[in-house]
Parts: sequence; C-alpha cells; structure tokens
Amino acid sequence: MLAVQVLINALVLGCLYACIAIGFSLVWGVLNVINLIHGSFIVLGAYLAWGAYNWSGLSPWYALLIAAPAFFVFGYVLQRLLLNRVITAPVLVTLTLTFGLDLILNNAMIYYFKADYRKLLLDPPMGSISIFDVVVPIDRLIATGAALLLTFLLYLLLRRSRVGRAIVAVRLDRDAAVLMGVDVKSIYAVAFGLGAALAGCAGVLMALIFPISPLTSSAYLGKAFVVCVLGGLGSVSGALAGGLLLALVEGIGSVYLGPAHAVTLSFVLLIVFLIVRPQGLLGRKGFE
Amino acid sequence: MNRSHLAFFGLILCTAALPLFGEAYALRLGTIACMYAVFALSWNIVGGFAGYPSFATAAFFGLGAYATGILMDKGVPLLVSVGGALLLCLLLAALLGAVLLRLRGHYFAIASLSLVEVFRELVNNATDLTGGGMGLNIPLMSGSSVMSDATFFFYAMWGLLLMTAIAVTVVATSKLGFGLNCIRQNETAASMVGLNATLYKAVAFGLSACFVGAAGGLYAAWVHYIDPSDVFDILYSVKPIVMALMGGLGSPLGVMCGAFLYLGLEEVVWRNYIQIHSGVLGVLIILLLLFLPHGLVSLRGGKVWRGLFGRKVSHV
Repeated sequence: MLAVQVLINALVLGCLYACIAIGFSLVWGVLNVINLIHGSFIVLGAYLAWGAYNWSGLSPWYALLIAAPAFFVFGYVLQRLLLNRVITAPVLVTLTLTFGLDLILNNAMIYYFKADYRKLLLDPPMGSISIFDVVVPIDRLIATGAALLLTFLLYLLLRRSRVGRAIVAVRLDRDAAVLMGVDVKSIYAVAFGLGAALAGCAGVLMALIFPISPLTSSAYLGKAFVVCVLGGLGSVSGALAGGLLLALVEGIGSVYLGPAHAVTLSFVLLIVFLIVRPQGLLGRKGFE
Repeated sequence: MNRSHLAFFGLILCTAALPLFGEAYALRLGTIACMYAVFALSWNIVGGFAGYPSFATAAFFGLGAYATGILMDKGVPLLVSVGGALLLCLLLAALLGAVLLRLRGHYFAIASLSLVEVFRELVNNATDLTGGGMGLNIPLMSGSSVMSDATFFFYAMWGLLLMTAIAVTVVATSKLGFGLNCIRQNETAASMVGLNATLYKAVAFGLSACFVGAAGGLYAAWVHYIDPSDVFDILYSVKPIVMALMGGLGSPLGVMCGAFLYLGLEEVVWRNYIQIHSGVLGVLIILLLLFLPHGLVSLRGGKVWRGLFGRKVSHV
C-alpha cells in the first residue's frame, strides 16, 4: 500500500511542480533568459490569494482570475521597460538583472508582509478522501486539477492561437520569425507576461497547500530549475514529464533515505542530467 | 610589468597600511575588503578570462569555511587548516570543473548554482561532523587581545589577497591566460587548433575556487561561528559578479576597484537603510547593468583613464 501512496503523492505533487516550472520554462525557451524573479512571483501570487481570502473573503478560485491578468500586465511592463533593453546581452547580464529584480521584489515582500510563515486556512477545511489505505487531501487534489487545467490552457494557446504560434516561431528561429513579420519585441513581452501570469496562478494554488513566506521563493525557483532541466526546455509536455519525474524521485528518496536528503537528491539528479542529457527527457538534441 | 600591473599592486600595498589608522572598525572593513577582492579576482579567472558565468563562489567559500572549522576543532593549527582547505578546494574544483565546464552558457550557470545547494544540503545533513543547522563553533585563539586578533586576521586576509593577485597576474600573462582568452572568444576554434580546453578550464576552475576556499577558512576562524545558511549564502556567489561588472570584466585592476567600491556602497546602504538593504542592492545592480554595462574602466575620463589603465577592455 505504501508504494501506491508514494505513487499517488508523486502524481499530485508532480502536476504542481509542472505548474511551478512551466512559466519559467516558457521564458527560458523563448527569451533565452533565466528568470530568477520567478520564485518571488510565485510567492507574490500566494500572498494575493491569502490577502483576497482574509481581507475580502474572496475564494482562491476567484483569486486565480485576478492573479492571471494582474501578473500578465506586471510581467509585460517589466519586459518592455527593463529586460528588452539588455535582451541581446550575454547570459551573465540578463541573469544578474533578473537577480536584481528578485532582490527588490523579495525585499519589498519581507518589508510589507514580514518574514513570518502564514497559511491560507479555508473555513471549513476541505478534508481528505481515502480509498482503501491511500489518503489524498481534497485541497491538493483540486489544486492539482487546476494546475493541469492551466497547463492545458497554455498548450492550447501555443498550439491554436495566432499569438501562440508566433511565440513558438520566435522560439524556433528568431531571425526567420522577424523576416515573416513577427514583432519580436512585443512577442518577448507577451511571453514574459505569460510566464509571470503562470507564476502568479501557481502561487495561488501553492497557497492552498504550503505555508507562505518570502523566504520560500528560492525553493520554488530551485524546483523550477530542476523540472526544466529534467523535462527539456520550453515545451509543455516536457515540464509535465520533468515535474512527475522530480516528484517521483523525491518521494522515493524521502521514503528510503529520509526526507532530509530529498533536496540533495533532486540537485544531484539535476547535475547528472545536465551532463548526460542536457536536452532533457523530451527535448530534441540540438534544440536546447 | 606594465602600468596597469603597477597600479594593481600599488593599490594592494596601500591597503596594507590600514592598521596605521588603528581603529577596530577600519580593521574589520579592511579584512572584508580583502576578502571581497579575493572573491572578485578569483571569480574573474573563470568568469572574466574564460567567460563562463560561474555561480559557485558560495559553494567553495562554505566548503573552505567548514573544512577549516572541522580541522581546527580537531586541534589542527589555523594556518595548516586553511592550507588544507585551500588544497581541498583546488582539487575538488578541478575535478568538478572537468565535468561541469563541459556545459555552456545557461546550463553551466545553473549547474554551478546548484552546486551551492548540494554542498549546503550535504553540510546540513552531515550533523555528526558539521553540527548541521545548529552551526559549528570554532575555538578562539588563546591568550591574545581583541585588537591583536583583529590585526592578525587583517594581515592574514591581506596576505591571501596578495597571493591571489600574484596568481591572477601570473595566469593573465601566461599561456594559461592566453588559452582561456581563446576559449572565451571561440571555444570550438580553440580546441580545433589543439588547445586542451578541458584541462585549461579545469585548472581555471580550480584556481578560482582555492583562494575563495582559503578566504572561507580565514572567515570561519575570524568570526568563530559558522552555520550553513550563513556561509553557503547565494549572495556570496552574486556579489563577486556585481563587483566585476562594476569594475569592468577581465581587468584585474578594474575588478579589484569594483570590489572596494562595492564594499563602500554596501556599508553606506547597510548603515542607512538596514531594512531595505537588499532592495537597494537590487536597484544598484539594475542601474549598473543598464547604464554602465562595461564597468568603471569604460568611463570616459578622456585620455587620463586610457593612459592609466594601458588598454581598453574590449568586451563583456
């Protein structure tokens, strides 16, 4: 029964991991920028859900509807005003720039919300369902469903819509996309905005499950790194595969080695993957 | 020896005169200034010369700190422990470098960043040896006053800075430095003409780690207490990059000036805006990247600057 429980936990957690990583993966794939502010976006989204529930009694599902457009605009403006100026600079510059932004946002959150851990407690609590001996909390289940839905929506957007096709085109070949009349700067801003929106939504979902504190942003960022590298960059299915693999490895690792070693294990896995299979599980060679 | 080397070593010698001012605060600031300069110069070997964006500084700083701390707890004298930490970091980094530096660009950046996480988690979990999250106490030196203690650590750190500076100058003027430059400009072409890129990069990574490790050791002995979240702080990885960007990538003199300037700014910010100091640091980083992307060295002071520093730093 333990094996089934571990598997179910991994499945639930894996979808959430995918949701954390997918915006990060989109930005990395399309803009070629490692977006270090991603973790703080997620935490900000979590605070949004917490604030909406505690101050105006708004359920987290509505918070999701506020978070998506608000974060999109935030990300879009950030990209237009700041990141687009250095987008062609070497890795070091863009990476350090997003690090600076992250310092500002994180400091602002510590300043306003303090570093205390908070928890979004739904009233009444949702409880959990148990089938045989396998227990799954309902809030986790719903958050997982929402995460899958978001992932699917992004997939649809990239596949079906005009702007989505343009994003994919820029990712595949920037110069060819310019020649076909795609406005690359605005596509960059849209992609960054989408990444921010996904991070904000992921944050709202995380608020249902994990404690909220500005200090947790680096943990989210670390997960996003690992998932992206495991699954392969920029693809929706890659993020899902990476998320599931990471959750599975962490689950099995914490059962057999103890939970303290789960984080170490995931980073060792990351380094091994970087060296052996840098294109990720589902990526194609030469496409990273 | 050209003029920029003279200016470089002249500045280091000037720093040694700091204890003449005699204040404890001046000594503390001087020790940190030397430590930061060691970080920035070391980072410059792999980040400036070879052009690999390394975020591994904190990993080796923490490793050196813990290696020294554990050795000193076992009764090994300070300088031997620091030497041990230096050797350990050199060997381990050279080994890791041979593997990690096969990655390029973003992938290398992420791998080096996760090295910090791996080391921190390992130290966190090896509770028997390191004390885990409770931290590690390092014995005080017996029979010395506070001031003589501070003076000793200042000169120890200064000596380390001098060693680093000599090593960096030797690297820059040797075949190794030339090879690293080639690797930065075009690695594929460099290996095509028979340059053993893996060896060069491994040596560069080792050299960039060993002095940082020794600095970590001195830091641990200086503050007498370390814990994982303190010495494996990711900010230790980012600060040298900001310093190098401030001063101008690739030029040792520029990088060291960047380190001193950064420390000055940090002190001012700490003193005046303690609650929002990391936010102010972030603003500083962004302004720097947007408005001064090639560092102080690129400032147009007319011919004075160009005359002083010999040559222009060509690119980031």
